[in-house]
Parts: sequence; structure tokens; C-alpha cells
Amino acid sequence: MEMRKTTPDLSVTLSGVTLRNPVVPASGCFGFGYGMSEFYDIDILGSISFKGTTRDPRFGNPLPRVAECSAGLINSVGLQNPGIDAVIAEELPRMREVFHQPIIANISGFSIDEYVECCEKINGEEQVAIIELNVSCPNVHGGGMSFGTCCDSVADVVREVKKVVTKPLYVKLTPNVTDIVAIGRSAVEAGADGLCLINTLLGMRIDIKTRRPVIANRMGGFSGPAVFPVAVRMVNQVAHSCGVPVIGCGGVSTASDVIEMMMAGATAVEVGAANLVNPFACKEIVENLPLEMERLGITSLSEIIGIV
Amino acid sequence: MQKIEMEIKGKYTVKSNRRLTHKTWVMTLGGDTGAITAPGQFVNVAIPGKYLRRPISICDYSHERGEIVLLYDVVGEGTLAMSGMRQGDTLDLLNGLGNGFTLDTDSRRPLLLGGGIGCAPLLNLASALRRRGKNPVAILGYNTAADSFGMDRWFEEAGVEAYIATVDGSIGTKGFVTDVIREKNIEGDYFHACGPMPMLKALCMGLDIPGEVSIESRMGCGFGACMCCSVETADGSKRICKDGPVFRKEELIWK
Repeated sequence: MEMRKTTPDLSVTLSGVTLRNPVVPASGCFGFGYGMSEFYDIDILGSISFKGTTRDPRFGNPLPRVAECSAGLINSVGLQNPGIDAVIAEELPRMREVFHQPIIANISGFSIDEYVECCEKINGEEQVAIIELNVSCPNVHGGGMSFGTCCDSVADVVREVKKVVTKPLYVKLTPNVTDIVAIGRSAVEAGADGLCLINTLLGMRIDIKTRRPVIANRMGGFSGPAVFPVAVRMVNQVAHSCGVPVIGCGGVSTASDVIEMMMAGATAVEVGAANLVNPFACKEIVENLPLEMERLGITSLSEIIGIV
Repeated sequence: MQKIEMEIKGKYTVKSNRRLTHKTWVMTLGGDTGAITAPGQFVNVAIPGKYLRRPISICDYSHERGEIVLLYDVVGEGTLAMSGMRQGDTLDLLNGLGNGFTLDTDSRRPLLLGGGIGCAPLLNLASALRRRGKNPVAILGYNTAADSFGMDRWFEEAGVEAYIATVDGSIGTKGFVTDVIREKNIEGDYFHACGPMPMLKALCMGLDIPGEVSIESRMGCGFGACMCCSVETADGSKRICKDGPVFRKEELIWK
């Protein structure tokens, strides 16, 4: 019996970057990895999308920043991070001590100049294999509307960043749009090598006793298992119409969710909220993937990408 | 160093869960206490039917008996669900989270200052300080007699002198914990405090002895990953769940 058992192939390739498996902790839910390495050997992960980084250090939003929801949570952390220079000087060296796989650098900004500056700097970091552009933050030049909600502004930022980077550029799309395919296409036409979706859905909770929003910043990003069907649908639409690899993200909590997301069209899969309620979530997914593949008769994960 | 997975996250059996006042409950859990390294740490409780865990400070624990005591107020749906747990039910906990109180101070006479449910983590602290040859005194503040459940006797059973203050004077000294310090002429040389923020602010600004306070916040993860409970301190941004919940009084910035 042991003889005919073949090792299932979990590896996937994103724009020439091969990951040992498709499991990637999503930005903002795993820090820079070294904190999570207290829980398990994080080298078992395919990659890590590190905490969204901006040009300047940001403390973020006032507390409370988090609210309970049915099958999910709302967060409004507000891109707290030490800024790109400190990330390169302090966070990445600590990350490198415990993580030896390709890194996805999540970069945010409030202006095109800021995106360009941060991406140019991070592009020079050897272990960074993919740059993930978070276009969900407010565009100060565009009157506060998110870059990612408008085809032209997405294209503008991608085009400018593309001029200064050599590494694959992925754009992380917000689902808070009417037509995510149109936004995805604009990003690809402007030079994006891949797309990552979905970022959080805008949501709000109200404390009915105090008659005030639970989140100090009133609203925030809704994530968790509740958004999984929305994410699967959007990944499916985008993967089949934009012609570039897609990193699927949104409510993924189990190995079977990973397989479902890949069947929808994702080449790799990011896991966000699940890490926060179970620090071992990604480890369990990585361990369960081969078992789930065997149960479903899948020998290579690459074969199921976008089969639906 | 990786901690042992089973110690950090595991199933715990409810040994008892009973009501103490109109809002406060005490739950005793059986299970692995290996991850707990200091009084003042907390557990993050998975509540069936809720997505986020609920952080609850550890009131007392025993490595020998494999027991954890949680004191909690029913303040919302999560803690209401906790109050419905029965003997024999199991709960999934992340255990031994946060830094906990400082035990190795030069203090001989530490003050343990609690406000409401914030009295909880001071109980095990009292025993730990006693074991280090210190002579702590506990002062427990409540709004009114109905909020108190005789926790002063729990301290006395641990060999620690304890006093009560109530805002309305219905039991103990009328006023705040600081009024007890004045009235009883208690000369502490350090304070460990946990309670509502206005109380902690008053203590940090008003007491001229060194000290530390344990603060609370809504949390996402409870182990430092999500940055949902960050505070700005004199030493930069800190995560209440991971770098705290206990902070030296000079660290906190009061506005």
C-alpha cells in the first residue's frame, strides 16, 4: 500500500516564483512572521504577505479597532506600521531569521509618489519575491476616494510603480466596487503581473446600548468566513477574465477552503482572519492539504487552478 | 523558542461556573496550565457561536491541580454565553497570554489596587508576592455593596490583608481605593493596579510611589498579530495583548 502512495505536489508558481505550497498568511494578520514563529515553524508556509507598509511610520486609528460579527470581524487598524525604512532595517532582518521562503511585500500609500518610493525601496530586498500593492487606502490626491475603486487611478498607480520595480507586481483589489473585473483589467493593462483579491468589505457595527459605533473610526473592514462566498465569486470572475495569476483571499479558514478557492481560479491563497482566532490556522491548513487532496483524488494542486 | 502547542492552545473542562453578584461570575477550569508564567496574564476564550475570542484575566491558577480560575463580568453576548457553561463543558483557550505583573521589584510593601472586575488578577499576584517574602496589602474598590462578593476574604485566605472601598459607602470605606490608603494610613512602596481607566489614570498621576497597571481593550487576536489593541506609550507603540497588559506607570500617556 505504501508503495503506490505518491507524495502530493503542493507547489504552485506565481509569475515565475515557486512557492512550496499555496498557503500564505494575509497582510495584517501575521505581522512580519517572527512573532508567529513562537507558535510554530513558519518555514512550512508558502509565503507571507507582510504587514501593510507605508512610507512614513503610522500609529493607526484610535481604539476600539475591532468588532465582533457573525462569522467574522470588522477591523480598523489604520495601517499601523513602522514605515518602509524601519521595515527594511529592522523588521525584514528579524523576519529572515525565521523565514526562508519567498516574501510578499504588501505596500500601501496615500499618493502615487509614496507608492513609487516604497516599491522602489522594497524591490531591492533580496527575499522579497512579489510586491503586493494595496490600493484600498484613501487617495489623498483623489479627494480621499480609494485608489482601488476607480479604474483610472488603479492604472495610474500601477503604471508609475511598474517603471521602478523589477519584481512581479500584484495588485490587491478592494471588493467595494461595482465591477471588480473592470478594475482588475485596468490594473493588468497598466502592467500588473497578477492580482490579489479580496481585501475586506466595508462594514459597521453599532453598540445598541450606548447608541454609538463599536469601532472608534465608525466603520472598518469586514472579514472572516462570512465573506468567503463573495471572495470565491470575485476570484472566479477575475481569474477567468484578466489573464494573470490570482491570489485568492477572503474568509479562507480550512484546507477545503483553499481547494475551493483554487478551483475558483486562485494560484495561491491568502489566509487572514483565521490566524487571529487560531494562531495555528495556517499550520493546520498546510498539514491538512495533502489529506484533503488524497480524499478528493488530487495529485497536484496546480491542476485544479481555475477548473471551475 | 517555540512554546509547546498543547500548552498554548487547548481544551479545558469547566469544573464549576457560578454567579457571585448581579453581574460577576467565577469559573474554574481544569487543564494544562503550563503556558502560564506570571500572575496578570490572561486567557483568550473561544465562545461557541462567536467569532472572536474573549480575553479574560487569570484570577488564580495552580500548576499542581491543573486549574485556572476566571472571574468575569457579564457585559455582552460573549460573557453571557460563558455564564451559560455548565460543569463538564469544554472551552478552547489560548493560555498564558501577555506579560503579567512584575514580581522582582525591591518592594517590601506592595499595594494591590483593584477596581471592580479588575480585582481579579490581583489574587494570584498576592500569593506570588507573599512567596517572595513581601507583605502586600489589597484594596478593592467597587461602586456599591451589590458589586462586592467578599473577595477580600479570598485575599485574607491567601494571608493578605484586604480592604474594601465603595463609591457610595455601602460597605467599607466610602470613596475610592486612594481614600482607604489615606484613612488606614497604609504606607506602600509600590503599586500593582487593575481597574477602569479613570481609576488607573488617577493612580498613575496621584500616587508618588513606583507602580504598574494592567489595562484592557477589545482585542482581535490576543497574541500580538493584528495590532487591534495598540496604545501609544512613552516608549513608542505597544500592543496591550503582547507587550502588556501590564505597563509601568511612566510608560502610559494620559490625555
